[in-house]
Amino acid sequence: MSRRRTPDPAAGTRPSAPDERKDVVRRGLRHVARSIREQPGIFTWAVLGSSLYGGMTVASAYVVGGVTDRVVLPAYDDGDTSAAALTLAALVIMAVAVLKIVGIIGRRLFAGIMSYRLQADYRRRVTGQYLRLPLSWHQRHPTGQLLSNANSDVESAWYFVSPLPFAVGALVMIGITVAALLLTDPLLAVVGFVVFPLVFVINAVYSQVMSPRMARAQQLRAEVSEIAHESFDAALVVKTLGREQSETDRFAERAYELRDGLVAVGRVRGLFDPLMEALPNLGTLAVLLVGAERVAGGATDAGELVSIAYLFTLLALPIRAIGWVLADLPRALAGFDRVAPVLAATGETPHGPDAAPAGTGGAALAVDDLTFGYDGVARPTLEGVTFDVAPGRTLAVVGPTGSGKSTLAGLLVRLVDPSTGQVLLDGVDLRTLREGEVSTQAAFVPQGTFLFDDTVRGNVTLGGPWDDDEVWAALRTAAADDFVSRLPEGLDTRVGERGASLSGGQRQRLALARAVVRRPRLLVLDDATSAVDPAVEARILDALRAGDHPVTVVVVAYRQATIALADEVVWIDRGRLVARGIHAELLAQVPGYARLVQAYQPPEDSPTALQEVPA
Amino acid sequence: MSTGLDATEQRPKSALATLRRGLRMMPEFRQGLPATFALSLIATAGRVVVPIAVQQTLDRGLGAPGGPDLPLVRWLVAACAVIVVVTGVAVYRMNVRLFRTTETALAGLRVRAFRHVHDLSVLHQQGQRRGSLVSRVTSDVDQLSVFMQWGGVLGLVSLGQLVVATVVMAVYSWQLTLLVLVCFVPLAVAIKFFARRLAHVYGIVRERVGDVLAAVGESVVGAPTVRAYGIRARTAARIDTAITRHYEASVRAQRTTAAVYVSGEFVAAVANAAIVVVGVLLGIGGHISAGTLVAFLFLVTLFVSPVQTASEVLNEAQNAVAGFRRVLDVLDTEPDVRDPAAGRTLPPGPLDVRFEHVTFAYAPGARPALTDVDLAIAARTRVAIVGETGSGKTTFAKLVTRLMDPTGGRVLVGGVPVDEVAFSSLRERVVMVPQDGFLFDASVADNVRYGRPGLTDAQITAAFEELGLGDWLGGLPDGVATPVGQRGESLSAGERQLVAVARAYVADPDLLVLDEATSAVDPATEMALTRALDTLTSGRTTLTIAHRLSTAERADEVLVVDAGRVVQRGRHDELVDAEGPYARLHASWRRSSGRTPETIA
Repeated sequence: MSRRRTPDPAAGTRPSAPDERKDVVRRGLRHVARSIREQPGIFTWAVLGSSLYGGMTVASAYVVGGVTDRVVLPAYDDGDTSAAALTLAALVIMAVAVLKIVGIIGRRLFAGIMSYRLQADYRRRVTGQYLRLPLSWHQRHPTGQLLSNANSDVESAWYFVSPLPFAVGALVMIGITVAALLLTDPLLAVVGFVVFPLVFVINAVYSQVMSPRMARAQQLRAEVSEIAHESFDAALVVKTLGREQSETDRFAERAYELRDGLVAVGRVRGLFDPLMEALPNLGTLAVLLVGAERVAGGATDAGELVSIAYLFTLLALPIRAIGWVLADLPRALAGFDRVAPVLAATGETPHGPDAAPAGTGGAALAVDDLTFGYDGVARPTLEGVTFDVAPGRTLAVVGPTGSGKSTLAGLLVRLVDPSTGQVLLDGVDLRTLREGEVSTQAAFVPQGTFLFDDTVRGNVTLGGPWDDDEVWAALRTAAADDFVSRLPEGLDTRVGERGASLSGGQRQRLALARAVVRRPRLLVLDDATSAVDPAVEARILDALRAGDHPVTVVVVAYRQATIALADEVVWIDRGRLVARGIHAELLAQVPGYARLVQAYQPPEDSPTALQEVPA
Repeated sequence: MSTGLDATEQRPKSALATLRRGLRMMPEFRQGLPATFALSLIATAGRVVVPIAVQQTLDRGLGAPGGPDLPLVRWLVAACAVIVVVTGVAVYRMNVRLFRTTETALAGLRVRAFRHVHDLSVLHQQGQRRGSLVSRVTSDVDQLSVFMQWGGVLGLVSLGQLVVATVVMAVYSWQLTLLVLVCFVPLAVAIKFFARRLAHVYGIVRERVGDVLAAVGESVVGAPTVRAYGIRARTAARIDTAITRHYEASVRAQRTTAAVYVSGEFVAAVANAAIVVVGVLLGIGGHISAGTLVAFLFLVTLFVSPVQTASEVLNEAQNAVAGFRRVLDVLDTEPDVRDPAAGRTLPPGPLDVRFEHVTFAYAPGARPALTDVDLAIAARTRVAIVGETGSGKTTFAKLVTRLMDPTGGRVLVGGVPVDEVAFSSLRERVVMVPQDGFLFDASVADNVRYGRPGLTDAQITAAFEELGLGDWLGGLPDGVATPVGQRGESLSAGERQLVAVARAYVADPDLLVLDEATSAVDPATEMALTRALDTLTSGRTTLTIAHRLSTAERADEVLVVDAGRVVQRGRHDELVDAEGPYARLHASWRRSSGRTPETIA
């Protein structure tokens, strides 16, 4: 069912086109506002912490200045000091430091919580959508894209939140500093008015210059990774055709392009970092120059000069936090732009109000003029398919590769809805049933077996109310009891991610047991026994159909042994039901059918070949 | 991945050893290193200019004996400004040099590791998860690069900063220097503990990230199962648990980082208080000036930032070193199947195959997959190898194509021992089509051309016609130009195999090995294809690992493998009537393909 995906045209477009780049700051600020709107409480706490930190940083500078003025210089001038003055100085320094530490902890912790909460929240929302949206939506989106939407894209969308309160605190700190400067000495304040706006300008230029380079480096990183993935997956082909060197050349070309991209990023950052460091230093020097004149002129005193010089030194780091946020915004926007379409996607499968008709034993299945087409594919995959299956009967669906068999199987259990026509279970349209009702009546075993990273028991019951006896009975029916009892922890053995610790046949039999334990009234097997021995397969089907109330079974199959177990066969070709009947009839009447199921017959065995043998 | 991390935590001391090993493997890294170091010294020296300027202004400018000496202050500030600018330029030059060298070195490392992975034998490649091999040349190297661009520079400069600040302090006053060092010693000791703590909490975070990835994967890869069994709520709950656990671990890690971060701040405050108290007492004694005391308060800030940097960088550094080690481990793995130094070329013409007492075990001490196989296959014959799953059929194919070397005995192709044949000659003349014929994300034509570069689209179309696949090709939207999608996913498994066979066919080998190459092709197409191959391969030697005995029925000779030994050998019609495993296999196959009328009834 997962075949012929049409790539999502929105995937991979990046908001880094030149005309959109000017937009980055504005859109970025709106994204910042979004994060604050989502977590206003935590953000407030984080900013409070950060402001406390900012205020205490400024205070510590004034403490240094005050101590210089009131304790150090008098003591040096007088050659004497008091224990009380020294103790007070030490206490004030410590008190300010402790408050500052409280501020830092609050800022970091709440900023972290805010960022992680946003990530967790959006992961829940995205995966909620994955579970809610219909299968047809899944089929339109590559697996890798969906996985990275929920993981790395969500992470990059909110990564900037970690330094955000720090940056806001830095703004507070700058505000306090400017006010303090004005109060201390208007001429010294001029230095601040030159330095601080310059910091903003450089930061803004930096993020503008950086964002396309970062995007390019990220793009190249993805390309390098793609080549590595593909090439290592193809390792056997590369080896058997001796193409190691050409693969290495292909990889090296992109790897060195990435090198150039990263050096281009480094060049900008390499310039930005020393600039941001030099600016406060030059500011401090300017303060000394202007301040010395003011002190000499008696407009201010040495202590205040020291305070302001110290303040400029302390401000160097917080100011850079603004740069961190701004620099990360382009990446955040790119990530968010990839997540947003998932969240905005609509098309939840609508459910009706009805309960499924009660009954024991097989259900009556009717398929009425069913047509189904995948989006963007001109020819419908199924067209006007009509048939029915009486309760307890077994129907085989046979057709060449790509004829629409798997799509049909999915329609029978409402994995997808038909474009037109209907599927009736005991005369009731599947679409009128309540959510979850179809799965109480019908069990489906898909072509590609999927196991959860859970125990054997968990994989069979999927959280349902079956006890161990029932699980063992189901395993026995699915011919899986032998290998499960040999597993180190029996039913409690974990099967690993996607059942990695089991063989293909074992996985298929567990998937069968999962269906069987539910005692479904309709069982749909989509080529689900291909890795199971034919004799075992026959035993499984016989067990299902035994008793007074046999299960209705629809089985998609290639193997003649499987087909032979069916009461009736439908032959599907290019999406249309071409013929229906018992195996022998179809064999005699439908040439395509005979060709497919009898392909292995050596020429001398086949009827046509017999006619060619001269008598 | 988790084993690599465990190893990191067990032997943290070998970080230096890793670095030495790494430098050996990255010759590019050493280029121009002395100049970079010289620049880094200038860069760190520039950081102490401001405290010195403050001290000079206070003591010699404002505190000059004859009143404030403003010209001196002006001269001083101008000189310091020049130094600040020079420092900035030096830092810029250093950064760019460092980035260029490390990125070049890392690109080289990436490419060498990539090539090395391809040079490893299939045994090694299969022993590791594909994803983890990819990480060796992507995220592991990326992590190193990110670390070098950010943490590496910061770490280097921080370290230099500590040294230079200490020297300047010592020049000013040895008593106060001692005091500051005493204050910071406990922190230096604690750093080791902090590093362990950080490694621990971030280790948990990484583990939880893995759980989240797995849980999210279930909602995507398992989408049909989730819907068919109506277990949306249960799946959502599982994902929610994983996400919550990841969240909690992240917050815990953040707490630890914050604690480490503020420890520097606290110690600095203690140092400041101590400087003021002791400095004032020393000043009264006439040992230091007021400017010196204030300069010390400035210099202490130079001690704080390295500690804070460390709290941010330590975890990254540990990750980077662990990743580095994993990459180096790949490079250190000796390829056990090597291209011989002075390789021979295979003789022209059809190739025969000889196994001389060949034994093969996948691991030392394991039950051999093949035991003492001794046989010859004449050139130009079509041989089918049959047997139950796990009997050793595929091992046979891998030994002929030298994807692996035998544990005992030797394999000869065209009379030459395969381990003496140059890869270039072997891969050109002996081609295998594996069961999973991987396709690249390109057109059908490009994929076929992979077997023989330079073929035109017309030649490729012709090749499909010769293989009896013209109709199938005609059914594709753009013929040979049809893109196959990532990993060939736009095609069905069977269609992928058709392209893979065509790819091997155009490579025109003299010995063709088909390892269940058509297992997913529908029966009718498979028969058409094998018939075409039969006529086309006459003249070359063909070894077919067969899962469907239809192939065996048409072969010149059948080898029956059972439990690692060749137990039967002969033509199909001889074997099918003889007592033995072949007759049993054949009967079972006839049943499953429905050829006996009894099962249909």
